[in-house]
Amino acid sequence: MDALAALTQGLAVALQPMNLLFALIGVLLGTAVGVLPGIGPALTVALLLPITFKLDPAGSLIMFAGIYYGGMYGGSTTAILINTPGESASLATAIEGNKMAKAGRGGPALATAAIGSFAAGTLATIGIVFLAPWLVRIAVQFGPEDYFALMCVAFITVSATFGNSPVRGLTSLFIGLTLGLVGIDRLTGQARLGFGVPELLDGVEITTLAVGLFAVGEALYVASRRLHHQETLEPVRGSLWMTLDDWRRSWKPWLRGALFGFPIGALPAGGAEIPTFLSYATERRLSKHPEEFGKGAIEGVAGPEAANNASAAGTLVPLLTLGLPTSATAAMMLAGFQQYGLNPGPLLFAERPDLVWGLIASLFIANAMLLVLNLPLVGVWVRLLAIPQPWLYAGILVFATMGTIAAKPQVIELTMLAAFGVLGFLMRRFDYPIAPVVIGLILGPVAESQLRRALSISLGDPLALVQSPISATLLALAVVALIAPFTLRGLARFKADAD
Amino acid sequence: MSTNRARRADTAGFVIAGLLLALALVIVWDLSNLRITSVYGLGPEAMPVVVAAGLVLLAAGNAAMAYKGELPAREPVDIRAIVLILGGLVALIALIGLGGGFIPATAILFAATATAFGRRAILVDLVIGLVLAVAVYLLFAKLLTLSLPVGLIERLI
Repeated sequence: MDALAALTQGLAVALQPMNLLFALIGVLLGTAVGVLPGIGPALTVALLLPITFKLDPAGSLIMFAGIYYGGMYGGSTTAILINTPGESASLATAIEGNKMAKAGRGGPALATAAIGSFAAGTLATIGIVFLAPWLVRIAVQFGPEDYFALMCVAFITVSATFGNSPVRGLTSLFIGLTLGLVGIDRLTGQARLGFGVPELLDGVEITTLAVGLFAVGEALYVASRRLHHQETLEPVRGSLWMTLDDWRRSWKPWLRGALFGFPIGALPAGGAEIPTFLSYATERRLSKHPEEFGKGAIEGVAGPEAANNASAAGTLVPLLTLGLPTSATAAMMLAGFQQYGLNPGPLLFAERPDLVWGLIASLFIANAMLLVLNLPLVGVWVRLLAIPQPWLYAGILVFATMGTIAAKPQVIELTMLAAFGVLGFLMRRFDYPIAPVVIGLILGPVAESQLRRALSISLGDPLALVQSPISATLLALAVVALIAPFTLRGLARFKADAD
Repeated sequence: MSTNRARRADTAGFVIAGLLLALALVIVWDLSNLRITSVYGLGPEAMPVVVAAGLVLLAAGNAAMAYKGELPAREPVDIRAIVLILGGLVALIALIGLGGGFIPATAILFAATATAFGRRAILVDLVIGLVLAVAVYLLFAKLLTLSLPVGLIERLI
């Protein structure tokens, strides 16, 4: 039971007044950006990285985790009230949730989303407490070849296996890997893709890429099709509270949603979309009121909302124990660890248990804060949606450029920001996923150095990659994950069904 | 560009494939700048070779998708909005580069973006942008001691 002892110590860290304050700031910011269309938790963490550089690592990481969880809560509000999901994780919620709001049942929809998020988030955080130490014990035995194989699995699953099109996902990933090549090679000190520009020798800044793709790209995309998409905000009418019948119909979807969300989030399987749609499809099949689906069935809100929070928690497991980000927000959190010179993984659990367990304990606190923030105070958040769209996006761009200006006030860096914005716009327009680019940039150099380390230990013998049973299994898995989407189109068809 | 939609979709897909191929060529060309000095294992050239090979394959894959017309349906683009936002960014970069300072650069970006999103009150938006920029400057540069570029206006504060 050392997990519980460690958690108790973590709780002592998380309950320090400064850390409580950071958690509160994180969940407030997270809910706000979740509610606002156009900004998500990944972008928010990216914007905060240059500002938090001088702060205490534990505090800012607690804040980042609060933003992640808060974004999942806030996204449901937008999905239900204006049918424009703030995050892709809320796509499934919008299907039934917006219908409920149109039928005057927006209150119960918001309530089941918030309570379900709380229940699932808490269950999933308990999952972290027990799963993480166990994974750490396995990860200690990992050699460089095993890490390399693991990253191959993550690359493939994140980009190819679960997206709409494996070719488009892999294209995004390879754009990220190309950007990861830029700069001085860590082992030999030689410049790659530097083009004689000294500013490029440090490599592409992860924050510049993320802010360009997410903020500038999104603003360009929304502005370019503004004339064709007008959004209407559904006012919250009627009671905010769930009836006894709502509770009866919600609690099972909450639990099932958590059961979908946590393991899929914890596997390197890419984001919260899969578990939310799985949960939606399951609830539609199991419901006693199948006729209500498509017209505002509460199960269709309760399940996916529980699933997306549980998957956010699940994503933290590979991030903390293996240093493996499987979503864009997790990738930005990894960048957050790195800016303090911390590398998530088994070593971090041994060297900085206060930080790791403080972070995990703070997740329980963040969840409780979010329940309070989102149930009685939902009216306050809804008012954020009243900000006129021109000022909202103008403000987003002001803060997006400010982050880069503060970190590196150079013409080259700002030009790269604008160029990544154009890239983000084109990728949205042609339906290429964004997250694999960010993950390729941050994990590509790590995978490369693990591979080269593995091969220099084996004196250049490539068979070393398959001689370790762990890496052989993982590489086989990566190959299967790469081939599967080309042969079975099952997941794609299932997604089309859910829409 | 004003031909029917299906044909335009194909062209765009081939352009994407071409760009990926060009990216692969740039990576290969850049390899000539490396001195290969690896004793055991892989040198710095290995990863670029893998990435370039992947890009060539993906260029083929994207070209195949374009040939089959598998690109997603797209809506007409409001070019004016894009030009306005990018123009705002260019103005910001120029002002920062020429030492114009953070506040006017930010105000112009704010007004340009708001106009791109359909506002028709550029002077009002410039003033709002100016107020926002001053507030941000006071908060981050003075309170949090972040270094933001200083121009004429910033020296007065």
